[in-house]
Amino acid sequence: MGMTVVEKILARASGRESVKAGDVLEPRVDLAMSHENAALVISQFHEILKGTGLPERPWDPSRIAIIFDHRVPAESSKTATNHKKVRQFVAANGITRFHDVRGDTGGICHQILPERGYVLPGQVIVGTDSHTTSHGALGAFAFGIGATEMASVWALGAALNVEVPATIRVEVKGRLPRHVGPKDLILHLIGRLTAQGANFRVIEFHGDTIRRMPTSGRLTLCNMAVEAGATSGIVPADDETMRYLSDEAGVTGLVEPVAPDDDAVYVDTIRVTASKLEPLVACPHTVDNVKPVSAVAGTLVDQVVIGSCTNGRLDDLATAAKIVKGKTVAPWTRMLVFPASGRIYAEALTKGYLAAFVNAGAVVMNAGCGPCLGVHEGALGDGEVALSTTNRNFQGRMGNPNSQVYLCSPAVAAASALAGAITDPRKGAR
Amino acid sequence: MPRVVLKLGDDVSTDVIYPGRFMATVLPAETPQYAFSDMTEFNADLRAKQVPHGAVIAAGRNFGCGSSREQATSALKGHELTIVASGFARIFLQNSVNLGLRLVCAPGFEASVGDELDLEPSRVLNRSTGREFPVVPLPPARQAIVDAGGLIPYTRRLLAERKA
Ligand code: SF4
Repeated sequence: MGMTVVEKILARASGRESVKAGDVLEPRVDLAMSHENAALVISQFHEILKGTGLPERPWDPSRIAIIFDHRVPAESSKTATNHKKVRQFVAANGITRFHDVRGDTGGICHQILPERGYVLPGQVIVGTDSHTTSHGALGAFAFGIGATEMASVWALGAALNVEVPATIRVEVKGRLPRHVGPKDLILHLIGRLTAQGANFRVIEFHGDTIRRMPTSGRLTLCNMAVEAGATSGIVPADDETMRYLSDEAGVTGLVEPVAPDDDAVYVDTIRVTASKLEPLVACPHTVDNVKPVSAVAGTLVDQVVIGSCTNGRLDDLATAAKIVKGKTVAPWTRMLVFPASGRIYAEALTKGYLAAFVNAGAVVMNAGCGPCLGVHEGALGDGEVALSTTNRNFQGRMGNPNSQVYLCSPAVAAASALAGAITDPRKGAR
Repeated sequence: MPRVVLKLGDDVSTDVIYPGRFMATVLPAETPQYAFSDMTEFNADLRAKQVPHGAVIAAGRNFGCGSSREQATSALKGHELTIVASGFARIFLQNSVNLGLRLVCAPGFEASVGDELDLEPSRVLNRSTGREFPVVPLPPARQAIVDAGGLIPYTRRLLAERKA
């Protein structure tokens, strides 16, 4: 019986000829990623080893990545103390894939991992962050776990009791229309699948639309696969993956792509015609509450956010900068831009995107998670409305349970910032 | 007999269970104060210890969707709540298995605040309405972690076996 990509990856990581959905495995882990919550992983790791007589060292420090991104620079002394504790652990254990609060090498974990070449096709990657699904964009099997489970991975080098997920095949054909991007495609899919339609499953992406899509767009798709409940999303590695790895991520070694078998077994196949898609918006307070932008056009917005691990990449900033260049953000709207990494920040600076934002009245912030999870800059006031290129609009997500968050693409966000209201970018602002 | 103290719908997210702004608090001993903190009344009852151990939160499908934050699990575990729902999101389910928060998966489960329940291994009986709901058991691999008392003792045991 043929295998899907994830089945092949898990078979290899578990030393088996073949596996099928439902099998329970203990795959070895190629990369174990944490962000600030490494502070909790460290204390749980300590709990595991206490009294065992074993040294308190992770199985392989070179396979651990720690990136500060959620609350950078620290917003409170509590966070700063957590950061300090993690730094000490990093130094004591010789963890080199560590990204501190820096303008050059810092950024959001889900951008740092791919851009630094830490992610390779065929790997098993776990992260203490639900959007670890992002790394499926490079053909790895990557999924989110909790801090205690990560502590167990640090101790053993393997993930315990991993049930092989069934795979949903998504086939996307045709060209995306102007002002319609990967974000609209994944919102469309989440709307169809619902917030739990892919629970305990993997979404495998195929079709000529995906083959033509740059890695940045694939990261957007896989990033939000978890919003349909998926264990992960995955794009089988291809020429574009190889281009990205060698040209952008600096990977020089031999890379082995993993493709699904022709007779692989899928639980479901979903077909999408890209040319029929339109700009979409996920309305409060669930990500699957997806509507065409025209259905909510005219809704006044207090804050527009462009950035995050979903849409804070150079392509996203280019799209938005092109729309706002030479124009002005509506006086009642605050526009906040936060690039996904220091490297992207620097490139956007060189290309003039940041100048376009600042001159239009936007505030450009340091690379990091920014307002996405409501603990840092850019909190919302009571009754306020935000339109954001991030990935979640749950009640209270941006720090205030009495506010509303809409999700959209960079094109919709930029056009709407100019108009001060949700706007279809195809119609343009003013 | 366990009683339902809170009734919620589908897709209850980890942002509702444990808002992101308290994520700098990580230790299981400190997280329970922020459980459901945006639901001010329920949070106040929890903090005032007005909610007995074993009390039930009744919910629909996909409880615990969203983030991997383990605080969502440790905060509820701190109050020894039991969650009876039609279904759970994957990471939340795994975190609860790992930390020993009691979850009962009973598809179609319905109850109101104040209902009394019988929680049996294979079924949930709502004594107040007389309706019963079959329970979907945990897969054996996850049950093994629960039986070991959580992931920390389970991992320790594996480490000891490897050393031997
Ligand atoms: S940008 Fe938002 S969704 Fe992405 S890792 Fe940061 S907090 Fe999570």
